[in-house]
Amino acid sequence: MSLDVRAAAGSHAPPRPRREITTAFLVSRVVVLAVAAALLVYAAPPLVAAGSWPALVVLGLATAAIAYLYLTRRFIPAKYLIPGTVFLIAFQVFPVLYTVSTAFTNFGDGHRGDKQAAITAIETGSVRQAPGSPEYSLTTALKGDRLVFLLVDPKTKQVQAGDPAGLAPVPGAQVGVTGKVLRAPGFTVLTAPQAAARAQQIAALAVPTRGGLIKANGLSRAVEGRSALVYDARCDCVQGEGDRWKADEGQGYFVNATGAHLAQGWQVSVGFANFSRVLTNPTISGYFIGVFGWNVVFALASVGATFALGMAVALALHHPRMRGTRFYRIALILPYAMPSFAMLLVWRDMFNRDFGLINQLFGLDVDWMGQPSTARFAVILVNLWLGFPYMFLVTTGALQAIPRELTEAASIDGATPWQGFRKVTLPLLLVALTPLLISSFAYNFNNFNAIALTSEGGPFPAESPQVGATDLLITYTFRLAFGTYGAQFGFAASISVFIFAIVAIISAVAFRRTRRQEEVYA
Amino acid sequence: MRLALRHVFVLVVCAFALFPILFVVSAAINPLGTLASTDLLPTGASLGNFADLFTSDRYPFARWFINSVFVALTSSFVSLLLSMFAAYAFSRMRFRGRRVGLLALLLIQMFPQFLAIVTIFMIFTKVTELYPAFGFNTVWGLMLLYLGGALGVNTWLMKGFLDTVPTELDEAATVDGATHAQIFWRVIMPLVTPILAVTALLAFIGTMSEFIMANVFLRDPESKTLAVGMYGMIAGDQRNANFGMFAAATLLTAVPTVGVFLWLQKYIVSGLTAGAVKG
Repeated sequence: MSLDVRAAAGSHAPPRPRREITTAFLVSRVVVLAVAAALLVYAAPPLVAAGSWPALVVLGLATAAIAYLYLTRRFIPAKYLIPGTVFLIAFQVFPVLYTVSTAFTNFGDGHRGDKQAAITAIETGSVRQAPGSPEYSLTTALKGDRLVFLLVDPKTKQVQAGDPAGLAPVPGAQVGVTGKVLRAPGFTVLTAPQAAARAQQIAALAVPTRGGLIKANGLSRAVEGRSALVYDARCDCVQGEGDRWKADEGQGYFVNATGAHLAQGWQVSVGFANFSRVLTNPTISGYFIGVFGWNVVFALASVGATFALGMAVALALHHPRMRGTRFYRIALILPYAMPSFAMLLVWRDMFNRDFGLINQLFGLDVDWMGQPSTARFAVILVNLWLGFPYMFLVTTGALQAIPRELTEAASIDGATPWQGFRKVTLPLLLVALTPLLISSFAYNFNNFNAIALTSEGGPFPAESPQVGATDLLITYTFRLAFGTYGAQFGFAASISVFIFAIVAIISAVAFRRTRRQEEVYA
Repeated sequence: MRLALRHVFVLVVCAFALFPILFVVSAAINPLGTLASTDLLPTGASLGNFADLFTSDRYPFARWFINSVFVALTSSFVSLLLSMFAAYAFSRMRFRGRRVGLLALLLIQMFPQFLAIVTIFMIFTKVTELYPAFGFNTVWGLMLLYLGGALGVNTWLMKGFLDTVPTELDEAATVDGATHAQIFWRVIMPLVTPILAVTALLAFIGTMSEFIMANVFLRDPESKTLAVGMYGMIAGDQRNANFGMFAAATLLTAVPTVGVFLWLQKYIVSGLTAGAVKG
């Protein structure tokens, strides 16, 4: 390439005289140092407080690297590449890699935390009032700004302070006739309205005792309860209520002899189970192939229809004696300038059966979003409306770049207008526009908004409320991950990986073909 | 005769393009303000829906408008600058890893960011604990997220533009003793400004309509953007009753975009295809 030669020649040029130090130079260096310092000062304290030392080390190294990079005169390309790359790595590359690693776990509802968190949840979740245990009279108070319970034993009238660390006696507290603590040294007693305002905090506070927990029962009583289910490290199992559940590290659950498991589990690695579930589980793989097929049809139909209509209008306007092109152009571009999310919702309501515009205009009574075929037609029509102005714009531009002499030469040689279009104009248009068509395909393949804001994936067949007729892979994945049937992040992540792979393969093949095409025509 | 046919065809397509917009206008000035009472042609004229929009307690529309315009302007401006930097390096400098870097960007661009929404959610749960100012329910956090996608989308396009700017210009400046930074700011940037304006406009439109990330990210009414807020406006049983307000909000959202669009119309055609041909 000529550029390379020239650049190489440039590097052999005699060294430039040492640059003098200008004000702009000084100011820019000071700004760099200030930004690096500000970043460090802002970001470090929370990391120290949370004790995340690895993150702190990464932060320190990154700040130092950035400061060094902009103070030295070397590494000029890196100076321009780093700012964007930092964001790219933090918010795109890292999430993608993290998604891939999540796909190998069972992360989701019931498997959110680690094993210790699951044990704590099981034990505190099974607390029942211990028979014969005292019912304390409760006064809520603050120590500093921490909430504590002041507990008065009904029999001994002894006052104890309870917080998440445990119980401690409070000497010198004054107790009223109702059993409420009136004053206690070192504590600020909360009034009833103040306590009511903190009701949620009070309900959440649990004071550990030797065999159980003390929890508030309303705002003025507290009872001691015992966990019905207790974890025993010796057998690595949970016992209680006349049963025992053994830890199963493969599933991330405590399972009993009959195979039933406790609701709370923990996150474990499941290897390729999520991926093989997509491919081998008959219900899911049936869904997956169906959704994938419709997804391809949707993307192809969207690109094909928008390109066909956009190109047709551009060709109609591309005529030397055509009048009013300026007006037409503005009218045709307007849909592109409207906020697309809002227009999708407007279209959804225009297809409404009872008071939608479409039924009203044509005197129909079609439940557009209620039947698979009409719903599919409707979402493609909506996408056509949203997308054709863009195709119109780009074809208009590309048409202007095609010399008129070429089509004129064709017509002199006796070609019909159709032949002239088919053999001359279209191939030249495609050379220019194929990269855009491919990216348009990739975009529509994952066009979440076009489905989620119109049909919401529906209509749903009665037997499988998880997958609708217009669902794309991306809306289906979204429902799996955040849906009403419980979050299955690990499984959703594995489908994301499939989508990554599909889009990348399709684009790679398409780009390869384009390059060949350019060689042919260019 | 042939010309008349062309006119008929274009007029039909124009009708298809314009009728939903006409419907929105009609709904926005409909005095009753419900979906059921709205026809294609306006049946009455009142500004009641617009007034409701700005006086409503439930829907802080003005706040959403400011949030949206702020996020869209800032993130499209900064993301263009970031990708312009990268494109300058890729177009004008030769260094190790250049080809790999360009290919990696092309590949990353094909992975839409929101496929990783689950992990982004988890990452920002952590960020919200550590740095609440950049966590959920803040426009700053959302902006950081949008900037993550900046490099992948625009760098190739920008590099295409820059490759069309003759290198003799920078060489002349180098001979005159300009530094790389001076060449970037004083020579390159002025030359590509019109095209930058177009790309910025497209980025602006894209960010204004971004829904899924913002929907996961912004839950608090005051922090919402237009897309999230207006979605909530006609959610569930509000769908019929608030339609007039929603239509009015749609029109107001479109006003700045349409204005700039008409102003830049000339550049848009050439800008888009310049990127397309070089892409």
